[in-house]
Amino acid sequence: MQTRHATVLALIAAAGLVVGCATGPTPADLDKQALAMIQASFRDQGIAKVDRLKQDLGQAACSSADAPPEAVAKQIEAEALATMRWPQGGQYIGDWREGEKLAQNGRGMTWTDATADTKANGAQCYNCHQVSKAEISFGTIGPSLYNYGKIRGVKDVADPASAAIVQYTWGKLWNSKAYAACSNMPRFGHAQLLSEQQIRDVMALLLDPKSPVNQ
Amino acid sequence: MRLIAFGLAAAAALAGAGHAAAEKSAADGIAEYRKMLEDGNPAELFEAKGEDLWKTPRGPKKVSLQQCNLGLGPGVVKGAWVQMPRWFADTGRVQDLESRLLTCMESLQGFNAAEIAKTGFDKGEQATLAALAAWISGESKGRKLALPQAHAEERRFYELGKRAFFFRGGPMDFSCASCHGEEGKRIRLQDLPKLTQNPGDGIGFAAWPAYRVSSGEMWSMQRRLNDCYRQQRFPYPGFASDVTIALGVYMGVNAVGAASIAPALKR
Amino acid sequence: MADPMRIRAQMAGDKATVRVLMNHEMETGLRKDAAGKVIPAWFIQEVTAALNTKPVLSAQWGPSVSKNPFLQFNVKGAKAGDKIAVTWKDNKGDSRTDEATVT
Repeated sequence: MQTRHATVLALIAAAGLVVGCATGPTPADLDKQALAMIQASFRDQGIAKVDRLKQDLGQAACSSADAPPEAVAKQIEAEALATMRWPQGGQYIGDWREGEKLAQNGRGMTWTDATADTKANGAQCYNCHQVSKAEISFGTIGPSLYNYGKIRGVKDVADPASAAIVQYTWGKLWNSKAYAACSNMPRFGHAQLLSEQQIRDVMALLLDPKSPVNQ
Repeated sequence: MRLIAFGLAAAAALAGAGHAAAEKSAADGIAEYRKMLEDGNPAELFEAKGEDLWKTPRGPKKVSLQQCNLGLGPGVVKGAWVQMPRWFADTGRVQDLESRLLTCMESLQGFNAAEIAKTGFDKGEQATLAALAAWISGESKGRKLALPQAHAEERRFYELGKRAFFFRGGPMDFSCASCHGEEGKRIRLQDLPKLTQNPGDGIGFAAWPAYRVSSGEMWSMQRRLNDCYRQQRFPYPGFASDVTIALGVYMGVNAVGAASIAPALKR
Repeated sequence: MADPMRIRAQMAGDKATVRVLMNHEMETGLRKDAAGKVIPAWFIQEVTAALNTKPVLSAQWGPSVSKNPFLQFNVKGAKAGDKIAVTWKDNKGDSRTDEATVT
């Protein structure tokens, strides 16, 4: 059905050209041309291969200045929620000291990185967020995470009262698109950027009452 | 007594400003440091080299680049930079500066453009391109960006560039817009101009080519885009490939009217 | 022979302000290349300046000076038309002298 639609458009456009009036490419034509241009303009380099250009539903639908239609957004979020992997043994919280190191580290996954192994990757939190008070070199692409656990009343991460927040935070880190279809935040778990243990450590940085973030 | 009270009040005011003051002074400090760097931009060394390379007979044909047409006629360099990328009749393509220099280096001087495109930045003839870009952009210093959109292909490339700008991909789902799609954002302490509109004089497209102090390298727009894509965790963009030219058209046309400060100085 | 320096010398009151941009890698000798080998030290060790052949500045530099260094200094008693000559010598024995006229 879509091919026929495209063919009809192409015929109309072609007819326009033949007749001599400058109809120009339609937005749909331009979308196609742009995708073709992108495919043709890149090559493999190191660990960054051209298959990285293959877009999933969320990436494709969020590739414009405008938000996708409500129904599409809901579909993206539902599919993202379905990919959620909760931590082994229900252990959500790790070591905030390791979490802080990960938050400071913006390395990994570029074509100059030797491996895509999560061991080589940072969580890059400070690139976009304020996290602890002491670090003044923080970005503003995302909201401040200072006092993240404290603001949400997390006094004890094992307390059932905190379970919802703990789970949401894990979910947001694992696959942010489950909660916001076009979120700017990378999908640290789903895209295999960080391991379970690394995410536990970032969780601790955010939620451990002893973490500098919650002082 | 009053003096001490005043002193205490002043100290309290400073302390009260607290975190905000700490933030402002970090940004102020960096602004001061950058002001100090403004004099003696090492880009001038590259401009001098670029002028020399333009005028020297080189390549298998031993000819200079002085007949190269950058859009305003053969050999016209002043004002050419701020009207690029643009459509060129002889190649039937929209081309940016680096792409056009490859055309001239091949047709006039006999170099192999494909080989140069494959060469790593700063090596061999890529170093020539960086120096030429520094000089040629410097010959338009202070002029307002005036990229043409009269030709249908120039308009088409604007549209393709816009779509490329918003294209989300890679393991982190980044697009150019992830960093450059909103006003007033920064990554760490690096301010990010919003490139979907005119970001103002000497910002964004109007600030490249530039000498990067941190690495001591002269970066052309092609180099800047290459490193953007690296940080976006994309695969490698071909040198002077269509996507890079289209992005130049998009950003450049958005910034029409802004004064170019190239070759600029960056951290 | 290394690439030329850019020298500008302008009168400001009774002094000439001299600005010099030098073309030099200024390798510290502490960096390693991608293969892990140390990149050999290569930096300017001495800078001298002369006003119409009279020495007016002598500096000892080391690896802490950055790549493509910028030097600015004032010279008393200079006048328009005078010649400023700047010379650098590096640890490999290479050297470069460039001249400018005070405006």
